[in-house]
Amino acid sequence: MVYEERNIWAGLIVSVIGTIVYVVIVLQQAAGGPLTDVDWVPIMLWVIGASIVGAIVLSIVWGILAGMFDPDGVGKSDQRDRDIAHMSTRVGQAFLVIAGLGVIVLCAFEADWFWIANTMYFGFALSSIVGGVASVIAYRRGLV
Amino acid sequence: MVKPTKVTNSIRAVREAAGMTQADLARRVGVTRQTLIAIEQGRYSPTLELAFQLSRAFGVGLDDLFDYPEE
Repeated sequence: MVYEERNIWAGLIVSVIGTIVYVVIVLQQAAGGPLTDVDWVPIMLWVIGASIVGAIVLSIVWGILAGMFDPDGVGKSDQRDRDIAHMSTRVGQAFLVIAGLGVIVLCAFEADWFWIANTMYFGFALSSIVGGVASVIAYRRGLV
Repeated sequence: MVKPTKVTNSIRAVREAAGMTQADLARRVGVTRQTLIAIEQGRYSPTLELAFQLSRAFGVGLDDLFDYPEE
């Protein structure tokens, strides 16, 4: 597995776990009541912060372990990595656009801030997850 | 679904005939071994620049290494 693919796997794993953790905590806090009553700001900020740190730490630890077996491949990337990154960005961007449009519609209807912020959050999360899955498939199945 | 490329190549055969390993060739053209494997297996179409580098690494022409079927 090349350096960039490891980073994508690390980001993907952390994004999926982060999103699940966020949903579980918000639902727990709501305890069957309205979701808009949940104090979502600290939960979201902690999950985003922990996800960023988690992805970096996982990449570094994974990189160190991989470097023990393949010292030549550490930190190396090439044209295929860049091509896959471009494709992944294009795929993930669709979800950001959908989330952005969703936010505009919610603002137009003066929806609760909870829904506006969470629409954007899930846009970012889906963009990251779907882009990551597309990259992993490209690395495994091919990009031609 | 990944669209298969029509471009085929004989890099593996030429490389083995030249007694070169995947790691040797990858280092020579500046890509990772995984990228070279993907190219040899037809899972990645190299850029034109990389295709030239590969053909020059063996001292052959592009047509000797890559093939694109006529319609």
